[in-house]
Amino acid sequence: MAKSPHLSRNEFVKIVVGAVGTLIGSVIALPAVGYIVSPALAAIRGNSKDTWIPVGPLGNYPLGVPTLFSFTRTKINGWEKTTNSYGVFIYRKNEGETIAFSNICTHLSCRVNWNEERQQYLCPCHDAQFTIEGAVAGGPPPRPMDRYPTKVEDGTLFINFVEG
Amino acid sequence: MANKVYDWLDERLGLSTIYSVTLDRKVPKVNWWFTLGSASLFLFIIQGVTGVFLAVYYVPSPDHAYDSIQYIMNGVAFGWLIRGIHHWGASLMVIFVFAHMLRTFFFGAYKFPRELTWVTGVVLLLATLGMGFTGYLLPWNQRAYWATTVGTEIAGTVPLIGPFITAALRGGTDLSGVTLARFFAVHIWFLPAVILGMIGVHIYMIIRLGIAGIPDKDD
Repeated sequence: MAKSPHLSRNEFVKIVVGAVGTLIGSVIALPAVGYIVSPALAAIRGNSKDTWIPVGPLGNYPLGVPTLFSFTRTKINGWEKTTNSYGVFIYRKNEGETIAFSNICTHLSCRVNWNEERQQYLCPCHDAQFTIEGAVAGGPPPRPMDRYPTKVEDGTLFINFVEG
Repeated sequence: MANKVYDWLDERLGLSTIYSVTLDRKVPKVNWWFTLGSASLFLFIIQGVTGVFLAVYYVPSPDHAYDSIQYIMNGVAFGWLIRGIHHWGASLMVIFVFAHMLRTFFFGAYKFPRELTWVTGVVLLLATLGMGFTGYLLPWNQRAYWATTVGTEIAGTVPLIGPFITAALRGGTDLSGVTLARFFAVHIWFLPAVILGMIGVHIYMIIRLGIAGIPDKDD
């Protein structure tokens, strides 16, 4: 049969069924996908705000020895209040210079410990090693330890903490 | 291209055989009352899908059940829609399964050789009611709590073993977190497993025997 330049009835029905089917399918699928990823979207949209957290008088921290300070923050996840604890190593290099390191390993987020003997931060999970200044000394970490900005007001040390 | 893919799959899976055996059956001239079974199956699938989605956020614990549902309704995108479908679908399913049973009864479709289709259908009706009973507790609000208190108390009126049945349903003497957890387990595991198995037998019987037509004067 010679091919007609116009759509045959059969082709027309196929196209319409395909279009309507796609429309109905997406009307069902989009809410379903939105439902599942909704908390992730809220987390991205949630405007992260930063706060200055006091970590005590500067005099509490000895010179040259990284000292762990722990604090907790709460936030709402879904319907539930979640309390997360954080650790920060305060390293006073000298009288004028203080560095605050997050104790979260830059490899896969385990918590690092200060090892006095080796003068390194060691991660118990995958044997990451960081120098006293946070540089990668060995193991798998992709980047140096993360730092919090610091400031001193009236002798009290503050760190700038960004809430995710 | 699509034809080639289909032929490749068909050669291995026998798709066209499945189609011809299950769907190309001879069907007697029937009316709209004969669509209630398909409608029930459709509603069961809807309940299954929306139920799986609700389980993503729902937490079956006295501390969290109510709040997690509030979160589904107000915090999660389209949560109100999915819970709404599950809520209304539940009532519709009870109505449709019951109407399907009435049609089967009044048209005499349960008679030889379809007795087993009827028996599995009765199990399906009871399981559907069980789904309604267990699902009603899960929101863990006042209505849920007192409905289950009354429901389990009614089960206790059975002579002799009544108090035992009540305690077995509640998982103790009181309605508690244990009750909520077991109602949840029955609602999402035990009864769906029973219903799926019974639907399998039920539909196999329909494919094997075909459906009964409308009885005429001689029947």
